[in-house]
Amino acid sequence: MNAGPSATMTNPANTSSPNEINLRKPDFQSAAPAPNGAPDEVAIRADKFDGWYGEFHALKGISLEIPRCRVTAFIGPSGCGKSTFLRWMNRMNDSIVGARASGTLTLDGEDLLSRTRDVVELRRNVGMVFQKPNPFPKSIYDNVAFGPRLHRSFRSSDLDELVENSLRAAALWDEVKDRLKSSALGLSGGQQQRLCIARAIAVGPEVLLMDEPCSALDPRSTASIEQLIRELEAQYTIVIVTHNMQQAARVSDRTAFFFEGSLIECGDTDEIFTNPRNKRTEDYVSGRFG
Amino acid sequence: MMAGLPATARARRSPAAIAASAPANSQAGRRAADRSFLALCLGITSLTVVILAVLLITIWNDGHGRLSWDFLTNFASRKPAEAGVKASLWGSIWVCAICALSALPIGVGTAIYLEEFSRRSRLTSFIKLNIANLAGVPSIVYGILGLTAFARLFGMASADSPITLGNPESFFYLQLPFGHGVLAGGLTLMLVVLPIIIVSSQEALRSVPRSLRTGSLALGATQWQTTWNITLPASIPMIMTGAILAMSRAIGEAAPVLVLGVPLFIRSTPTNLMSDFTVLPLQIFNWAGRPQAEFHELAAAAIIVLLAVLLTFNAIAVVLRHRLQRAAG
Amino acid sequence: MQNAAAVSTAARSAAAASRRGTARSRAARDGTERVIRGALLGCALLSVASTFTILVILLAQTGQFLAMPEVSAWEFFTGTTWSPLLGAEKHFGIWPLVTGTMLITAIAAAFALPVGLVVAIYLSEYAPARVRTALKPVLEILAGIPTVVYGFFALTVITPFLHDHVSESFGTYNALGAGIAVGIMILPIVASLSEDALRAVPRSLRDASSALGSTRFDTSVKVVVPAALSGIVASWLLAITRALGETMIVALAAGGLAHMTANPADELQTMTAYMVQIFLGDAPAYGVEYRSSYAVATVLFAMTLGLTIVGNLFLRAFREEYE
Ligand SMILES: Nc1ncnc2c1ncn2[C@@H]1O[C@H](COP(=O)(O)OP(=O)(O)OP(=O)(O)O)[C@@H](O)[C@H]1O
Ligand SMILES: [Mg+2]
Repeated sequence: MNAGPSATMTNPANTSSPNEINLRKPDFQSAAPAPNGAPDEVAIRADKFDGWYGEFHALKGISLEIPRCRVTAFIGPSGCGKSTFLRWMNRMNDSIVGARASGTLTLDGEDLLSRTRDVVELRRNVGMVFQKPNPFPKSIYDNVAFGPRLHRSFRSSDLDELVENSLRAAALWDEVKDRLKSSALGLSGGQQQRLCIARAIAVGPEVLLMDEPCSALDPRSTASIEQLIRELEAQYTIVIVTHNMQQAARVSDRTAFFFEGSLIECGDTDEIFTNPRNKRTEDYVSGRFG
Repeated sequence: MMAGLPATARARRSPAAIAASAPANSQAGRRAADRSFLALCLGITSLTVVILAVLLITIWNDGHGRLSWDFLTNFASRKPAEAGVKASLWGSIWVCAICALSALPIGVGTAIYLEEFSRRSRLTSFIKLNIANLAGVPSIVYGILGLTAFARLFGMASADSPITLGNPESFFYLQLPFGHGVLAGGLTLMLVVLPIIIVSSQEALRSVPRSLRTGSLALGATQWQTTWNITLPASIPMIMTGAILAMSRAIGEAAPVLVLGVPLFIRSTPTNLMSDFTVLPLQIFNWAGRPQAEFHELAAAAIIVLLAVLLTFNAIAVVLRHRLQRAAG
Repeated sequence: MQNAAAVSTAARSAAAASRRGTARSRAARDGTERVIRGALLGCALLSVASTFTILVILLAQTGQFLAMPEVSAWEFFTGTTWSPLLGAEKHFGIWPLVTGTMLITAIAAAFALPVGLVVAIYLSEYAPARVRTALKPVLEILAGIPTVVYGFFALTVITPFLHDHVSESFGTYNALGAGIAVGIMILPIVASLSEDALRAVPRSLRDASSALGSTRFDTSVKVVVPAALSGIVASWLLAITRALGETMIVALAAGGLAHMTANPADELQTMTAYMVQIFLGDAPAYGVEYRSSYAVATVLFAMTLGLTIVGNLFLRAFREEYE
């Protein structure tokens, strides 16, 4: 091991993450504190959170805790407010005219909604991967280097290393290492989405929000991204929105079920899928309505 | 689970670790850049508003004193006090009418051919390339084309003893070559605005959803029946908008008309297609080019008239478009 | 069952009714179609014909001009003196007119390209909807103002301003005043075409950029502008083409002295201004001066055509297609 661990320790944005990006999950689990319980384990907390688009009440009294270094899945029928909630977590809704919120939403105990909160810094800390892959029309390298360059001044060798490791973390390195300088638009859809994940990772966020990251992809790309999510879990608090029940069951530790703007049920994924407390959750996860 | 990653990856620094080792850019600096860029944007954008305001205000100040009914009904004169824009105003109206009547059918016809009838062929792509290039030709060069093709008919008939047809006093008088009459002027301006009309009509036709056409074709309508009954009506509002823009351009053009060699002083309004004429922009050029302040005032007054004509034109366009849009549903 | 029977009866009677009309002859229909198609093709070919006619006229007249005894092709393309109307010895070296045109265009471009781009960025990335709807008409009015009006503006506002507030050396006719007026004229072209290009950049790219922690400035300048670059450059080239061919502004405000100068306070003559001088009737038709204007027009035409072709190639080569 080289300078990596000590450097990680000094990174204020990532205090609780383990030192190696590629630690196996089992290693991480043995090193990590026990899941559930202690308040410092909660990364994002919503309490009686309401969201509006103009007059439309899109989110109603959401109370929810998202644990650190776990995958949380949001499920629910279309239009129930999953994306809306996700977009509040890094304030992407700020650019939508008429969008407003009330209640509490905190990251590491700090208010997310405050007017004085620096959204640029927040978004550096809370990355987002979108439904449709949206690489910039730049080279693969420049796509990954874009975020880091915004925030810090790198020596070029460091930047090369950062790009390489981000691409490795997104399981894309081997496929693109020979064409880093060619346009990202030439990649396949699945590769583009992994590039977007690499791009989000490269700024060193604490939280990764993923809004239906696999919905535009074929089964193979989906499988590789699901595997990736499980690997990234060791490092990042991940929230993923999905319409695919099997996917939620496969990748997530916790699942939250939304319905018409309200949070119906939230708990361990196994629990939600095998033994839901609420009738509507049961109907939804078993495919009786959708 | 780690199948996708080579073993060597384990010894690598995490992205977060590498990032932490590089000096952070100043947040305050980035925010300052953001704010000063917004200030720059606001400043420069207001500059354009200021330019427009200064332009309109100075012209109004210079010219409004000369505006009167007499100014509209008098011919140009060497004495500034008696000068008016009657000849050039009527000349502009005639020339623009001819320009519209010739450019619209040809331009829209070309667009229909290219969008609805043409197959992918070398000829089609050559025509398209040609139109793209025509749009960049300076208007004064079109003046040369008009002079040679219309005013002189390529020298096939002598300009001094033209072939005439009918009574010079009547509306139906014709002569070959056209000389520098309103017909030559209107056709020359047609050449100038044709590319504009073609391109905007093409865009209008392209905006009609493909499903409308396939719906009509599936009923057994021919290509032309589909175009005439379905595609063209649906795109008329956009075509008209483009046409009005083109006509605004035609009203303001001076260079191509100047090249035709129209007389500088005219004390009559056109009576037929061969009549001598001048146009408002040329009259403005003529007055603005003189050193005396009185003539500058006349130029400014004529500019007010020209801008008023343009404004009326655009107002008509808005109303027309509104009507047609409602009619089209 | 009964319902189905009723439907099939109705269908049968509709089919019968449709056969009652007189059938149109297929030959007549195809004939009409062919005639219309031919007429439309004729319209399309007219524009090709006008290009060819322009080319033929310009080349033929230029050939005749260069063949005249007073003229040498070598001097025309390399000479630095243009004095067709003055003195006993006439010189036809095109360069003073070309450099004059280029100086005016350079001044106009230096003003309009950056300003137009900034206005476009403001309109597409920053301006609230209400401000945008208020500003668009300003650009439309600026675009609709005839160029002769800008010439008048240069003569009566810009040049006096330069003379009073910048330097006494600006005379009645000068390159800077005319150049700025040409710049104002092409500004709306740059602004509105660049804005179209910027707005065509999909929203998802802006979202991706701000999700990485970009400020609005970062997003605009580092993501949106590069993504729209081909459209922006195309708008620039179109604007430059218009500036090269602009006639009335320079004829009014730049003066009539053909000489090589880089001083923006100098009077100078552009190619278009020279053509105006000739066609206004200073020279006898079919004389050497008259023919020289065709040769000048040919050079101008070649320059603008070249730029247009480069612009189209550029658009085609670098356009990013978004769904
Ligand atoms: N920009 C907006 N303006 C107004 N209403 C909006 C906006 N975006 C979303 N909505 C509304 O808010 C509600 C929740 O939308 P949201 O996108 O969060 O749903 P979702 O659960 O993500 O659905 P899906 O699964 O289809 O993505 C919907 O009724 C939607 O119509
Ligand atoms: Mg959604």
